[in-house]
Amino acid sequence: MTEIINLKKVTKYYRMGDNIVKALDGIDIKVSLGDFVAIMGPSGSGKSTGMNLVGSLDLPTKGNIFLDGKDISHLHESDLAQIRGKKIGFIFQSFNLIPNLTAKENIMLPMLFQGIDKEDREAKAEELLKMVELEDRMDHFPNQLSGGQQQRVAIARALANDPEVILADEPTGNLDTKTGEKVMHFLEKFHKEGKTIIMVTHDPDKALKHAKKIYWLKDGKIEKVTKKIKNKWKVVR
Amino acid sequence: MESGKIKMIRDYVSLAFENLKHRGLRSWLTMLGIFIGIAAVVALISLGQGLQQAVLGQFDALSADRLIIRNAETGFGPPGSTAVTKLTSHDLDIIKRVSGVEIAVPRLIRMGKVDYNKVASFKYIGDLPDDKEEAAMVYSTMNAKPIEGRLLTPDDRGKIVLGNDFLNQKDFGKKITIGTKLNINGKDFEVVGILGKLNNIIFNSVIIMPRKDMKELLNIGDEMDTIAVKVSSTNLMESTAKDIEDRLRKDRNEQIGEEDFTVQTPQQALSAVNTILNIVNLIVIGIAAISLVVGGIGIMNTMYTSVLERKKEIGVMKAVGAKNSDILTIFLIESGLLGLTGGIIGAIIGLSLSFLVSFAAASYLGVDLLKISVSYPLLISAILFSLVIGAISGLFPARQAAQLRPTEALRG
Repeated sequence: MTEIINLKKVTKYYRMGDNIVKALDGIDIKVSLGDFVAIMGPSGSGKSTGMNLVGSLDLPTKGNIFLDGKDISHLHESDLAQIRGKKIGFIFQSFNLIPNLTAKENIMLPMLFQGIDKEDREAKAEELLKMVELEDRMDHFPNQLSGGQQQRVAIARALANDPEVILADEPTGNLDTKTGEKVMHFLEKFHKEGKTIIMVTHDPDKALKHAKKIYWLKDGKIEKVTKKIKNKWKVVR
Repeated sequence: MESGKIKMIRDYVSLAFENLKHRGLRSWLTMLGIFIGIAAVVALISLGQGLQQAVLGQFDALSADRLIIRNAETGFGPPGSTAVTKLTSHDLDIIKRVSGVEIAVPRLIRMGKVDYNKVASFKYIGDLPDDKEEAAMVYSTMNAKPIEGRLLTPDDRGKIVLGNDFLNQKDFGKKITIGTKLNINGKDFEVVGILGKLNNIIFNSVIIMPRKDMKELLNIGDEMDTIAVKVSSTNLMESTAKDIEDRLRKDRNEQIGEEDFTVQTPQQALSAVNTILNIVNLIVIGIAAISLVVGGIGIMNTMYTSVLERKKEIGVMKAVGAKNSDILTIFLIESGLLGLTGGIIGAIIGLSLSFLVSFAAASYLGVDLLKISVSYPLLISAILFSLVIGAISGLFPARQAAQLRPTEALRG
């Protein structure tokens, strides 16, 4: 299988005052095209840092990151922005919709930065809203939507530029079980349609239920990697 | 590619506009400084020319070919009335002998007590010369035309003509018409005419009285308050003025700089007015400049606050693909829009203000006293200038926003 994301011996240090914190310490993560990968770990395990690096929101201190075969470890932020805008769709725990834009405008935003025409942006946004079953909430502002609805708008936004990868950071963390299920249902659906899903979570049940491959992080290192083979979890590393 | 960029900018403008709209009141308050600055500049310049003309209109006999000779004054009051040494017919003769003087008209302007309808009020009284030609010059200088009755002739006795303000019943509480008898300093005079509104405020409140009557009434001997000189050619203004000065000084045995009289040329009057107007202009421009600087700082402050508040939003935009330059552009457009909107509204307020002032002046003082000149280049450059102020003020906050690291920004 082709690897869409490949982290090779990636180390990330942070400076906290006088101390240097090793958030990630020489980890390898491979995500194949079309896979459903979970990055698991308690808080402080480095999974947020991992997500930032996988999502090309940040650059490693040491090591290399390949996105679709291209080494992005030393790219300038603007080039990085262009790439992630096209290839990666983000879903955040706190939805992160722009408050003064309507549902539709929020979905149109990623396409704006790719220079897509307004007519095309509108058409695509409407199509995506229909897909997440919110076509009747098109012109609502985020504060007029429930949490579940907001997250569905965020899901639609993540799909705006037709990215290969959807990166979901605790997508159900701020939702009740029922609405959380619905969000997960959409992620499953996209996965079936061929999207690569990377989910960052601290909830093992969610990871075990939906993912095909789990990276278990602890103290900035990969504790183990498990894979679902014929509906059974097996430790592969 | 170019058209794509233009479309992108257009989209960014609408995005920035949404952001400003969302912040409502705060956006308006931010624009206040720009409002005031631009309004002041626009109002000042629109009214400036009218103001200059209006002030010039207050100088009597300010035709291009006239000189005014007055005594040095000791205080406030009608021209010449507080002078120590009065001008006399002796001075008039000296002036008349100067070459270049076509006609020299002595004038009297005094205060008189007017009784009518049991109300007493002090008014200016100006004389009408005995000579027909001189009288005609006085009328032409004032640009006086009767709207009721007729003008005085030098042969009239016991009759007066009134300035337009006397039509107003406020002073005496009873209408004054043709044939009304006004008691001035104890003697009755019959009103034979009332003048139309004039650009000079004093002319509008003056009583014109035949010279013989006035001298008798106020017990004036051989003295005159001002002497108006018509010069044969405008080219000779300066030299004639100098000749008159020299002759009078010699006659009075005075040193240069110690004269107890002045010869005023229209140029001098003009430059005096211009000096005052320039000071007024400087003050208003100073206020406008301060206001614009404060406005710019206000925009900068708002934009910095906005960057802080929208840190997470910036992070999200970067996560969904916004380049540093995109963020920079969006924030610059936002601050530019603040300036631009402030400028447009300021220009509207400034124009309305000048129309209001003009209207007020017209209804209170006289017809068309303050004419407004609307200059489109001025309006456009004022508005563009405010756009530039907005953009410049937003530069540093926008850079700060653009350079935020996405991970840091997303943390909020």
